[in-house]
Amino acid sequence: MSMPFYVAPEQLMEDRADYARKGIARGRSLIGLSYDEGILIVAENASNTLRKVSEIYDRIAFAGVGKYNEFDQLRIAGVRHADLKGYSFSREDVDARSLANQYAQMLGQIFTHEMKPMEVEILVAEISQDSGNTSGQLFHILYDGTVKDHSDFAVLGGDAEVIFDRFQENYSENLTLPEAINAAITALSGPDRTLEPDDLEVAELSHSNGRRSFRRIEGDELLNFMPS
Amino acid sequence: MSKRVGSSRSIAGADTIIRVTLPRFTPEQDPGPNFVALVDNMGISDAGQGSLIDDLPHGTTCVAIRYNAGVMLAGDKRATSGHQISHRTMEKVFPADQFSGIAIAGAAGPALEMVRLFQLQIEHYEKVEGKSLSLDGKANQLSQMIRQNLSQAMLGLAVLPIFAGFDLRLDTGRLFQFDVTGGRYEEASFAATGSGSIHATTVIKMGYEDQLDESAAIELLANAIFEAADEDSATGGPDLIRDVYPIIAKITSDGYEAISDESIASVFSAIIDDRRSKASGGE
Repeated sequence: MSMPFYVAPEQLMEDRADYARKGIARGRSLIGLSYDEGILIVAENASNTLRKVSEIYDRIAFAGVGKYNEFDQLRIAGVRHADLKGYSFSREDVDARSLANQYAQMLGQIFTHEMKPMEVEILVAEISQDSGNTSGQLFHILYDGTVKDHSDFAVLGGDAEVIFDRFQENYSENLTLPEAINAAITALSGPDRTLEPDDLEVAELSHSNGRRSFRRIEGDELLNFMPS
Repeated sequence: MSKRVGSSRSIAGADTIIRVTLPRFTPEQDPGPNFVALVDNMGISDAGQGSLIDDLPHGTTCVAIRYNAGVMLAGDKRATSGHQISHRTMEKVFPADQFSGIAIAGAAGPALEMVRLFQLQIEHYEKVEGKSLSLDGKANQLSQMIRQNLSQAMLGLAVLPIFAGFDLRLDTGRLFQFDVTGGRYEEASFAATGSGSIHATTVIKMGYEDQLDESAAIELLANAIFEAADEDSATGGPDLIRDVYPIIAKITSDGYEAISDESIASVFSAIIDDRRSKASGGE
């Protein structure tokens, strides 16, 4: 009988993390931020049909980077979680914190127990229940189940650190929608590239959209907001 | 004998509270964008079998018509249990999503539950699939829900909705009527349901024209509900004491919108003035 080679747990975890990070680094990044009327998510996405940013529930949005099929699976699980919870209890009982924890547990479980970690990073964003309050909450969840929460902004994806630094320079609280879109696009594109509306996926969570606060900003509307 | 506390038996109904986890399925068991199937899959499906129940609150008269900008739905607000009036402010007309609405008649409890599930089904589909169901798709979904309720309907818990919406693809308002077996019938001009529907239908028939404008459509619907309430004890008319009026909502290419209470109140007060003057010989 052959003995399997001994691999130190540290090494095992590090290898898995490296594997996941490499997968994530291959994809494009996204930024989620609070602006003066709610939350804005701007993602670089060359596809117009395979979405990175989507609606989970009345006040909750989801965004993912990395391997599409994996974060889309997480997105659908999130929609199911939210709709079931709202159906069994009440719509106001559905919140992002509990959803983020569920995601974290699932990702953590997969990271340690399954063959292959998920090559994704996800963002769960929520605006306040009180319609007069425009502040938001962003939960950034990593491939290994680590959760970070932010109230200002979060950057996900391969070039996150570089984009984070660029974006921090332009970010302030209470940006207007055009300012926020501009700042995010400038940070995503960097000094050497220009992004076209077709390369972007933009959506907001705002109480001004009614009960379902999620709205995509696309087409001519997005064109008007592009940095000149 | 003393009562046992903390017995190992679970509390009745506790199993209807779902475990709110992240539901994951194998490809064979995956319910896709179907919320009802998801609910069944999670084991929180409804009601067991019961015996004949006839003293539950029942919904009463709802009418829908097509007009030049889309469709309109109207419903009274009375719910009755046997000969008792159990509610005077029960809503029977609801938005199903942005471009469609549903009006219900029948047993109030199952009807409201059906509306809730139907609204969720449409929204759930839209979120999972990233696009909304077609209007035909929505009508078909509703017809399946009614068919699933057939055994309950035989126990006296029938739910008979009208479904109306603006079909963005065909650029027209459409309406659908259903029977208790889930039969789905698209109507070209108007539909009515509930115990007062015979009277309401007659009024609509007399006054209906193709391409009515908005104010004429509201007036016709208000007249229909008024006459139904006048003849049918289970239908509520305008309640001037409590300031409660039937609901009228329109669905156009701009979406679902309820007509304001003030304008409905003024339409009904005009109807009342008219009937009063006729009763006193035109003076």
